[in-house]
Parts: sequence; C-alpha cells; structure tokens
Amino acid sequence: MTHSLDHLPSAKEVGTYDPATLAHNFSDLHPPLTPRQAIIESQRCLYCFDAPCVEACPSDIDIPSFIRQISENNINGAAETILEANILGGSCARVCPTEILCERSCVRNHDAECQPVLIGLLQRHATDHMQFESHPFKRAASTGRHVAVVGAGPAGLSCAHRLAMLGHQVTMFEAEQKPGGLNEYGIARYKMTDDFARKEVEFLLEVGGIDLQYGQRLGDNLTLDTLRQQYDSVFLGLGLGASRMLGLTGEDAPGLMPAVDYIKTLRQTDDLGSLAVAKRCIVIGAGNTAIDMATQMARLGAKEVTLVYRRGTEAMSATDHEQEIAKANGVRMITWAQPDEILLNEQGQVAGMRFANTRDQEGRLTPTGEFFEIPADAVFTAIGQGFEGESLRDATAAELARDGERIHVNEMFQTSLPNVYAGGDCVKPGQDLTVQAVQHGKLAAHAIHQALAAQQEAA
Amino acid sequence: MNTTPFNTLSFPGKKNSGDSVVNGVDLSVNFAGIKAPNPFWLASAPPTDKAYNVVRAYEAGWGGVVWKTLGEEPAAVNVSSRYSAHYGKNREVIGFNNIELITDRSLEINLKEITQVKKDWPDRALIVSIMVPCNEEAWAYILPLVEATGADGIELNLGCPHGMPERGMGAAVGQNPDLIEKVTYWCKKHYSKPVIVKLTPNITDIRVGAQAALRGGADAVSLINTINSITSIDLDNMVAKPTVGHQSTHGGYCGSAVKPIALNMVAEIARDPATPTLPISGIGGISTWRDAAEFIALGAGSVQVCTAAMLNGFRIVEEMKDGLSRWMAEKGYDSIEAFSRKAVPHTTDWKHLDINFKTIAHIDQDLCIECGRCYIACEDTSHQSIAKLTEQDGARRYEVIEDECVGCNLCQITCPVENCITMVPQETGKPFLAWDNDPRNPFRVAS
Repeated sequence: MTHSLDHLPSAKEVGTYDPATLAHNFSDLHPPLTPRQAIIESQRCLYCFDAPCVEACPSDIDIPSFIRQISENNINGAAETILEANILGGSCARVCPTEILCERSCVRNHDAECQPVLIGLLQRHATDHMQFESHPFKRAASTGRHVAVVGAGPAGLSCAHRLAMLGHQVTMFEAEQKPGGLNEYGIARYKMTDDFARKEVEFLLEVGGIDLQYGQRLGDNLTLDTLRQQYDSVFLGLGLGASRMLGLTGEDAPGLMPAVDYIKTLRQTDDLGSLAVAKRCIVIGAGNTAIDMATQMARLGAKEVTLVYRRGTEAMSATDHEQEIAKANGVRMITWAQPDEILLNEQGQVAGMRFANTRDQEGRLTPTGEFFEIPADAVFTAIGQGFEGESLRDATAAELARDGERIHVNEMFQTSLPNVYAGGDCVKPGQDLTVQAVQHGKLAAHAIHQALAAQQEAA
Repeated sequence: MNTTPFNTLSFPGKKNSGDSVVNGVDLSVNFAGIKAPNPFWLASAPPTDKAYNVVRAYEAGWGGVVWKTLGEEPAAVNVSSRYSAHYGKNREVIGFNNIELITDRSLEINLKEITQVKKDWPDRALIVSIMVPCNEEAWAYILPLVEATGADGIELNLGCPHGMPERGMGAAVGQNPDLIEKVTYWCKKHYSKPVIVKLTPNITDIRVGAQAALRGGADAVSLINTINSITSIDLDNMVAKPTVGHQSTHGGYCGSAVKPIALNMVAEIARDPATPTLPISGIGGISTWRDAAEFIALGAGSVQVCTAAMLNGFRIVEEMKDGLSRWMAEKGYDSIEAFSRKAVPHTTDWKHLDINFKTIAHIDQDLCIECGRCYIACEDTSHQSIAKLTEQDGARRYEVIEDECVGCNLCQITCPVENCITMVPQETGKPFLAWDNDPRNPFRVAS
C-alpha cells in the first residue's frame, strides 16, 4: 500500500525512536480506568432523568443506567446495557468523539466542577471487563429468511448482529481479508490497541447465524443484482473506500499518497520500524483522518509534520480535543492555505508543495493571490472519501438513487431499490462516525425485519 | 540526630492543647460536677482501652475520656474478627458495627493505669465505665476500687447489646427500668462522685430509662449506646459480617448513620417534663463540630465520640474545637452553656405544629444544571408539582407548579446543586393553628 514511499527511509533508519519508544508511542492513547477509578467516576453520575447524554448518543445507549450498574460493580449488567443498544460499544468507547457527544451534554459541565462524567472511559471499563460465559444475546426462532450484508465495517456488523438476533440468517461479504472496516484499518493505532477490533468482531459473531465471507468485493466478484436475486433482503454498508484527489499534476508522483492507505498499512504491520517515514511531511485535510495521520507520522519519528487546511481551525471537522492531540505531538498547523502545486525533485519525487493563501469572502473561499512553499519528502491527502468507483457499476447498483456522492436512503434506511437498504458512511445524511454507522446498521436491521414480516403476512 | 533546641513546640492556643479557650471562646464545661476544658470526650470503647491510647487522646486535645468498661474478674475474652461497616458510595463508612466485649485486660492493671493517668492529666475529665452483675455486692466491691483511682466519675454501662446481656449485664439491665433504678441507687450508695447512667436505645421509649435513672439518684445520663445491628451479609459464604469462622452474630451499631436516632432520643429526654434538668452526655455518630453543636443545642452538656476517632485518629478533635469555637464566636455564644438546649423549645409534638404554615419550592434557573432529578422525584413519588419544559434552544427547564406544591422538600433534597432549590415560606394571611385546635380535628381542644 505504501509503494509510493519506497524511496523514503524506514522509521528504523530515521532512528528518531528506539523500538521500545516506538511501541510506547503506539500504545493506548487514553489508558483505561482502574476498577477503583471507575467506581469513583461512576459515582459522579447524577443519574439524570431523560438524560441529555442519552439524547446526544447517536446509538441511544442508556448511559445513566450502565453507569449506575458500574457503581454497583455489576459489570456484566453494565456491558449488556451498552451492547443491547450498540454491539460495538467497546470500539465506540475508544473512538467516539465523546467531547462533542455525550460528554459535552453532561449536566456536570454546568455544575461547580465544570467537568463531565468520563462516559467514554466508563463505557470502555464495562466492555473491557465484561465476562460472559456465552454470548449475552440470544437469537429469536428462525424466520427462514436470509439477508445479505455487504461490508463488515461497523454498519454491516451492527446490522448483521441485530438481524441474527431477530432470527434471520445472514451472509456477510467483505472485500478485505479481515472484518472490522475502519476499526481494523482506519482508526489511529494508539486508539485501538491489542487487536481489539478483531476480538470485538469475534465476540459479535458468537451470536450465531452469521456467515462471513472475505475477498468479496461489490463490483468485482459480487453484483447487487445477484444479491437481490439470491437473498430476501440486502444491506449495503460499503463505507467510502476511495480517497478524494487533489486534482493537481504530479498526483501520482512517489511521495504522495492518501492518508487512509498509509494508516491501513500502519494498523496492520507487526514491525513499526519497517514503516516508511518522511522526515518532513505535509498532511492536507482537517478531519480526524488528517489528525491521525499527522500525529502518527510524528510518533513514528518524522522531524517536521505540517497539517495544512484551506479554512480556519473553527471549520475543521476534527474536534478541539483531536487538534490538541496533534499539537501536543508537535504537529504544526497552517490554516487558510490550499494546495496549488506539487513540487518534484529531479527524480520526479515529491519535494514539497506550493500553497495559495485563502480567505473567507462573504462565505466563499477566495485565493488572496499570495503563495508559499513547504519543502517535504511526502504529502498525505486526507481531504475526504468517496465510493470506490467500481463498487456500484453493475446495472442494478447503478440505478441506486444518490445524494451527491452518497447513496440516498429514506428514514427506514431503504434505498431507491426494493429490499435494498444501506447505512454507515456510504449514505446521507451522515456524520461519518463509527457510532452513527452502528446505529444505522441496527435501525436498518429492524426496518428489514419489519418489511420481511409484512411481506410474509401479505403472502 | 535531632538537633532542635526545642523540647516542645507547644504554645498557648495550639490546636491540640488542653486549653479551654480556643479562638477567644471558652469551651470548658462543668458536666454534672465533672469539669473538662472542652465538651469533646471519647466514649467508652476501644480508643479508651488503656493508658497508651488515653494519653495520646489527651495529647491530641480531647477534653475527657470515658475509660473502656471495667468488669469483674476474670476479664472478658474477645473473638476475632470484631468490626464491620455499612458503606456508602466511595467506601465512606456510614455506619459501624462491633461485637467486642468490655475490657479484656485485668481489673488491677486498668485501675493502676487510671490512677496514673488521672494524676498526670488532672485538668482532663476521666470517667470510668463499669459493668458488673446485678447484685449489690458486686457493685459494692468494685466502686471503692474505682473511687480510689481519683477518676472524676463513673458511667454505668447498661447498654452493651451483645455478649454481656447473656451474662445478665449490659442491655439486660438497661432494658429493665426497675434494674436501672436499683443499680443506680447502689452506685450512689457506694460511690461519692458523679454517676452517669448510659442508656441503651434498644427499647421502645428512651424516657422510661432516663426517668428510672433519675429515680435511682443519677447525676446524669449518657446516650445512646449502640443499636442492635447486622451490617451486611457475605453473599458468597452466606454469613454476616464480622465473620468469626463460619458464623456471625448481631453487634452494636454506631457511626454517622445513628446520629439522627441519637439526636431524637436526646431531645426526648430534654423535652420530658419528668427530667427537665437531667444532664445529658450526647453520644451517637458525632463526627464533626456541627454534629456536636446539634447535640448541645438539643440538650447535651458534653458529647462523646468514638467511631469518627476510630476511623480517622484522635487528631479530628482539633477541627472539632476550632470549628465549634469559630461558629460560637460568630454567633456571640461565649460558652457551651450559652447555646445549650437552645433548640429544645422549638422541638415539639406533631400536634402542636402550625397547620396553616405553607412553604413551597423555588428553583433558581441560573443555578439549575438541568439534571431532571427534581422532576422525576416529584412526578413519580410526590405531588406532580414540577413541570418539565423545553426552551426554544432545546434546553430543559423545570418549574414548580406552585398551586400543586405541598412544600415537602423532596425536590430540594434530591437536587445535587446546593441552594438551587429553596423552600420559600408563603404569606397565607391565616393565623397560627395547631391541630389541637383545628376544626377538622374530631378530638380538638376548644380554644
């Protein structure tokens, strides 16, 4: 995946960090609470009625209840409360931007302490320490229906688990060789340590009734048309696999690559020291992927990491908390500048980038006419994701109504095609959050279940 | 090597001294003839079991000590383990339970130590707790021995709820008014100094015991002793705590949790026309200066502390004295006597309360953190007098429905923010009307 950086030295060769420091740099960013800390923190919860944190949770987790259960040392009970609303509660506890969701709405922010209950860490405590002898959720009697779920990311997994619970047989088709989607390939390594994404999926599959097939890519060896014929219903949790291009000349030059591709390699490697590292690099973008990329490159040993965004920090989709993480790792942030030209050396490799200064003119982003250059050995783009073009090319898939670059769904997560549902990052509206993908999958499963039951009744 | 030129760093008014004047306020008491530099005494219990502890308590600044109960030879034998706790959140000990008996050291050693300690600490109160069988000979034998120590007085342990009642002592005596009177009488007969009768709360009406003590000639009463209790069960082994092998037994309960019960019993005696001037040494969950002030306001002339010291050490008395004296200075009370019994006249029977008084809740919207606790408490369990509204910006707003509010205080109690909900007395224009005189009362007294 990182062939474009083959000419660059490895982290080992750059030698900023010894192997132990490198390992430390990619260990848990936010260490978990100890049991004692969890009990103390749980007791800060006021057990609000109609709690604002629950309203803020995209997956409807009954937060006051699970925190009360932690305070009573009922860890399995707490975990079950979380998982019945969000079967990927463990990964959400790690990756949710809680500072803009549940924790932002915690009433304790208004109390004298001005400090919310650490809901994310408590959720992690419950899901890390649960000990079930068998999977906590049982399946309903078989409905005899069979549903295809495309994509084993958070949306697909959540949908499959709920469908299985509702008594349906599920076959999942995953393009990669491992399940988990962005949890496995896309989240910063220090946010998802100890192979957690894999373990979580293993736990999820214990519900039974889910057959997971790998290397099955829609538009490649799989068509929507066949799926619709072979299954009673289809759920598309395709994600957004393709990275947006800058649209500049030299975009295929060695040294320039999408951030998600680099992170994917970083997540899968067993040897951090072997990863290619740019001593000086530029990350273009303003979302969590850009932050993750910049921070991880700094933690691998890059001497100079610059994140460049065409607007101001307030417009960045990465939260303040994420921005702080990058800054704490020495990432330089430059705002109001957009890529103008990729600078190449004599070998045709990336040598830097020329940027055009921008400003906001009555809401429109306008070049100021000024330019500057940043020398760099590598440029990582994190300017948004779209469909993998191939995935929706078959005649049936091409019919799917779109909202811009996303698949159009109604409030029941139904696409424009009968019996085809979709959710997660590939649909609109979307915040592109793991927790929202989980919710989409869960709700779509109920919608599919309802529709299948109605069809049965009508027949 | 310690090179400090000072033998001691004590100075006048130092917090752990035995000075009676603290922050310019005189904390000294004369309790039924027993003088002490302050009203903070250690109750008869493990902290007062031997000279070593008692001297440390005096060094820390305690005004008095009630020596752990002496008994007949041979000395009692204790089991292991002995204590258990009722925990609140965060391992805060709300209540404490023990199955320990009276002193398990010999009478001779105790008497010798008491004599020495009283000699070394003449300004502090030293009271000896005693429990011997219910016959005059037993008391007639031990009392002269105790008198010879020079201690300031005795306290009769008629309340120990475990171990001793089986031997016809402790609560077995304290639960029988005739025996209380008889034992007190013997003590007054064979002992010349003040006799304090310690009452057990494991009865129906505490006043009966106090009246019996007074009849017997008691100089004072002290209360409460511990309450029969089982704090918790080990659900893995199905046995209560504290566990002795595979068994357990009920113990005596004390600590913060019993304070409200003790306060009421103190007030019952203080309000009783039969015992209007009987001195009361208040005991039961006293942990702070405020607790002490409350007992004194309800009639106590001194207070006894045990659990708080057992959990935190003797140094807690420093803040108790400091806090109490600062509060007294602020209120203009120049002695303990000055505010003693001040709350007694305002403590009455329900039938004398003003049925026309009305107070209703008010929510300070600026302080409200929108947790909804007041709403759900009132809606589910009280009078449905709080409205849940939504502001245009989506914020929650809770408002009291004044016509429905009965002024029960529940919302104020469950609110996590201090002073956010206040109870506001209402001008009703109606005169004071006690239930005694209320026309709705079929048994009313014509006014």
